[in-house]
Amino acid sequence: MTFILLPFVEMFYASLRPLDHLFRSPYQFYSDDLSFWAYREMWKTVPMLPRYIFNSFFLATSVAVITLIFVIPAAYSYARFKFPFKNSSLYILLAINMFSGAVLLIPLYKVLRTFGLLNTYQAMIVPGVAFLIPTAIWLLKSYFEKIPIDLEEAAFVDGASRVQILRHIIAPLSTPGLVVVGIYAFIGSYAQQFLFAITFNQKKEYMPIPSGLYEFIGYTTVKWNEMMAASLVGIAPVLIIFLFLQKYIVAGLTSGAVKN
Amino acid sequence: MKQKLKSYNAQTYLAYALIAPAALYIVLIVAWPLLETIRLSFTNSSLAGEDYVGFENYQKMLSSKKFNGIVTRTFVWMFFSVSLKLIIGLIGAVLLNANLKGRSIFRVLVMPPWVVPIAIGMLGWLWLYNGYFGIIAGVGMRTGILDGPFGFLAYKQSAFISTIIADVWVGTPMVTVFFLAAMQGVPRDLYEAAYCDGASRWDRFFKITLPQITPVIITMSLLSAIWTFNSFEIIWILTEGGPRGATTTLIIDTYKQALGNYKFGRGAARAVVVMILLTLFAGFYLALLARINKKISHE
Repeated sequence: MTFILLPFVEMFYASLRPLDHLFRSPYQFYSDDLSFWAYREMWKTVPMLPRYIFNSFFLATSVAVITLIFVIPAAYSYARFKFPFKNSSLYILLAINMFSGAVLLIPLYKVLRTFGLLNTYQAMIVPGVAFLIPTAIWLLKSYFEKIPIDLEEAAFVDGASRVQILRHIIAPLSTPGLVVVGIYAFIGSYAQQFLFAITFNQKKEYMPIPSGLYEFIGYTTVKWNEMMAASLVGIAPVLIIFLFLQKYIVAGLTSGAVKN
Repeated sequence: MKQKLKSYNAQTYLAYALIAPAALYIVLIVAWPLLETIRLSFTNSSLAGEDYVGFENYQKMLSSKKFNGIVTRTFVWMFFSVSLKLIIGLIGAVLLNANLKGRSIFRVLVMPPWVVPIAIGMLGWLWLYNGYFGIIAGVGMRTGILDGPFGFLAYKQSAFISTIIADVWVGTPMVTVFFLAAMQGVPRDLYEAAYCDGASRWDRFFKITLPQITPVIITMSLLSAIWTFNSFEIIWILTEGGPRGATTTLIIDTYKQALGNYKFGRGAARAVVVMILLTLFAGFYLALLARINKKISHE
């Protein structure tokens, strides 16, 4: 527990302390003038910080929405229909999950360069979506499977069209599932905004928080208190979303992997 | 009516049509690049252009001592990281499963390292590892274990260990949560029966819990081996594979070759090795999953 939380506590503590207290060796455990000074000052040191925060949100939201658009029909199809290669293609999806983006960087880099997409938002969104689709399909499939098929069949026998069934039965019943999968995609893409960002994008105005802050580490004197403050501001949104929805997310993820 | 229902449930073309967009996307962004990587590995592709060079990249790579060192290092790194994750994860899950006060809060508090973007977590670790001002060096100096400032990421061995610790920090929550979920799935009456028979805590753990969750332990060891193998950001941010290559794993080496030196061909050859190893892992994992599924459906 200490092991898990210590870095966060220390990050927060460091963010409250003045810089000259931090730069004392050996480490001082106590500072008497703690303040939120760094949280005001960081906007000056990292002038693009608001932009990075916006970028992170923008990228994560786009990735989540696009993932859902691709995943909803596919997951529905897997949950409801029987067709050749159903199981084998599901396993292939699982296998894809195991390849990290790092292996595919070279051809992706060349493709993005050919299409002139390097240093754009798309350069980070397009590969991001691809690596979230597999898990998202598995997750959403299990939600769709929980909707009793009898409901659909009854409506169909009564003469409802497929579109009507989708709108009036499936959509309302699967909203919680869609929300969880959407949030999974959001957190997932928020977390993966480093590899693709440092590889495919050099432009400051498109950088998400992690790669934006990483730039500052290279400098000779790092203002650690402001760095930690900016990092914490960067993680706050995902942490808050997670705290509210952790029950659903954990249950959803584990049910996928433990039971099947 | 039966006839009509049958038509509702057996529309293969519709099923495929619904899957098509996602499938196409994956083919374009994942499958095609995989094949392209294999092709590139037989070329000397760089920013300047490319020519086919046959197996030259592979020959050079496999005959270089450095590369063999990297492969060995990758597996040693993986072995320690995965074992630690499993052990800590198992202990953590047992504690979180016990009837302690406030365990629901603790269950939430385990998760942050997993939720937080790895890159940002690593910025925190950079500060912790700081040789002059970091808390770890500070505790070391105050207790007299260290006799002066010590840059944990500046020396070969300590950098190696430091990156493992940071990786364990990132990976353990996931393992813990899966173990916990598995433990909660163990039927209650098994414990009650054992309790009536006078089994001790240890007995109950080793004779009931452990055998019952073995499938999950095996699955998780493979999964976290795969995740650890793929781990890039942790090492990259902490050390960029240094000092003097001491933390360069296969993934880091691939990245350096391809996008540090723009030697796409050489990088691709390394990526192919990574792919082959991953395919082996994935094959094991899927075979295992299929077996467990069969077992469950038999019961």
